[in-house]
Amino acid sequence: MGRITLDKVRKAFGDVEVIPPLDLTIEDGEFVVFVGPSGCGKSTLLRLIAGLEDVSGGQIRIDGEDATMVPPAKRGLAMVFQSYALYPHMSVKKNIAFPMKMAGMPQDEQERRIASAAKALNLTDYLDRRPGQLSGGQRQRVAIGRAIVREPAAFLFDEPLSNLDAALRHGMRLEISELHERLTTTMVYVTHDQVEAMTMADKIVVLQAGVIEQVGSPLELYRAPLNKFVAGFIGSPKMNFLEGEEAAKRNAHTIGIRPEHLTMSTTEGAWRGTVGVAEHLGADTFLHIHPDSARSETMTIRVDGSVTARHGDVVWLSPQEENIHRFDETGLRIA
Amino acid sequence: MATQHSRSAARLMMAPAVFVLLVWMLVPLCLTLWFSVMDYRPMRGTFDCCEGLGNYTRFVTSSSFQDAVVTTLMMVGGILLITVIGGILLALLLDQPIWGQGPVRILVIAPFFVMPTVSALVWKNMFMNPVNGLFAHLWRGLGMEPIDWLSQLPLFSIILIVAWMWLPFATLILLTSVQSMSSEQLEAAEMDGAGAFSRFFYMILPHMARAITVVILIQTIFLLSIFAEIFVTTGGAFGTRTLTYLVYQRVIESQNVGLGSAGGIIAVILANIVALVLMRIVGKNLDA
Repeated sequence: MGRITLDKVRKAFGDVEVIPPLDLTIEDGEFVVFVGPSGCGKSTLLRLIAGLEDVSGGQIRIDGEDATMVPPAKRGLAMVFQSYALYPHMSVKKNIAFPMKMAGMPQDEQERRIASAAKALNLTDYLDRRPGQLSGGQRQRVAIGRAIVREPAAFLFDEPLSNLDAALRHGMRLEISELHERLTTTMVYVTHDQVEAMTMADKIVVLQAGVIEQVGSPLELYRAPLNKFVAGFIGSPKMNFLEGEEAAKRNAHTIGIRPEHLTMSTTEGAWRGTVGVAEHLGADTFLHIHPDSARSETMTIRVDGSVTARHGDVVWLSPQEENIHRFDETGLRIA
Repeated sequence: MATQHSRSAARLMMAPAVFVLLVWMLVPLCLTLWFSVMDYRPMRGTFDCCEGLGNYTRFVTSSSFQDAVVTTLMMVGGILLITVIGGILLALLLDQPIWGQGPVRILVIAPFFVMPTVSALVWKNMFMNPVNGLFAHLWRGLGMEPIDWLSQLPLFSIILIVAWMWLPFATLILLTSVQSMSSEQLEAAEMDGAGAFSRFFYMILPHMARAITVVILIQTIFLLSIFAEIFVTTGGAFGTRTLTYLVYQRVIESQNVGLGSAGGIIAVILANIVALVLMRIVGKNLDA
């Protein structure tokens, strides 16, 4: 079981309030991702749940029981750190065994759990090595192994993939998702990478300056962002925003249109512009268009990889009207 | 930097320094070796050739030699014990955020700047004097008979004085080691259920192992040659005669340069054996 409830949790460092009172419920077995720009308080929130920071107010409940004052070790949560935080002077095996040793678990049970974790994470051949002799991905797996053997109520991941290269990151993303399917344990995952959030989460929590901007499934956030911040943060490349005349025409202060919801033509359309940088990804091409009228600085459009537009070409863009997001002066969505 | 030309230029420029160093070390060593096989007693005007190994056997077989070796080992061991354990505790304490951290750290280092002779005299006269010393006052204040430190506990007193001097050195090196400890590792250990003591013994102490061995190695080399502290306190009496002090007595007090030189060479050999053994132990730690 791992149902975590945050009730008006507040955190201040001295006079600086990094997290104003905040409510959130993480259901048992859910994969929840905290996402937001650097310094938005997502890591602090995770550390509050872990117990590594003391809350300044409010209550944290784990499975209905008040855990606000419970020390980290007694909360039954396991954490994977960004730097992995492996113990460099211990072998992989001893690293994985450490939490069980601290809990005073019988030796044969320890051996059994180490063996099964090592098998699940492909670490069987590396058990006698030191962390310094492992690659980044293997260290990551040791850190996860050390978390698994405790059979925690929930896993906490603090940007675990940010130290890996792109290819490994993709592989580990799949492995962690796979692990979640297999263990069905609650997982709370912090990242600044919205792609990780979209691909892994059951539920995404978008944070900005310690405030929850929106909570929802990845597709809810993509289809119906509650405000301009979420709209701009979720989705890659970023949503295009237009203000002024075009927005007024649609009874809004700002309108947003995703690059994939624009169509391009060389002969006719709503807005005329010239092609700037073209990013060819193979299957898709992202074109950065400079519109003739200064509605927006540049607009990004996603077109098929077969389209051959070049720097300086004149093109016409048209939005798909049903996919336009409308926002008012304060940035809130107009339904 | 790696071209043939620049390498030979570098060698040429280093040559004078290397030459000076060689002369500096080799001339005294050769002279000592030479004297150690002579019957050289300047006050009697004897400078006769070829004692052979007579000086060596006489030095080693004298009863004071064994005592001196034991005293030296006890003194160095005692000082190491106090400075390393005390240094670790002080380093942990100084690592905590406290008000006035900067001045406190400078104050802690201060004893290291006091000259050995001065600090030993201050300890002898201000603290350990059985009549006027602060300890005597303290003892009397507690209703106890004051201890005459330097005659009742001479070895321990000298250990205390020298340990006080070397504690800052150990603290300083160990503090840098504590400060380089990754906080995420400690947090991970905390989440893994390790209490304060487990965190110290499983995380912090292994992390400090390297610094501890460096402290032990450097201190041993310097502590084997303690002299001033013994000279101004007990003058080698009451079982505080170390090997260094014994050599001094043979050369200066007995005016037997030949015998003293032989003792000096033996001390060098013994120190090298100790250093080698330490290096072996340390080597393992430094590799990891």
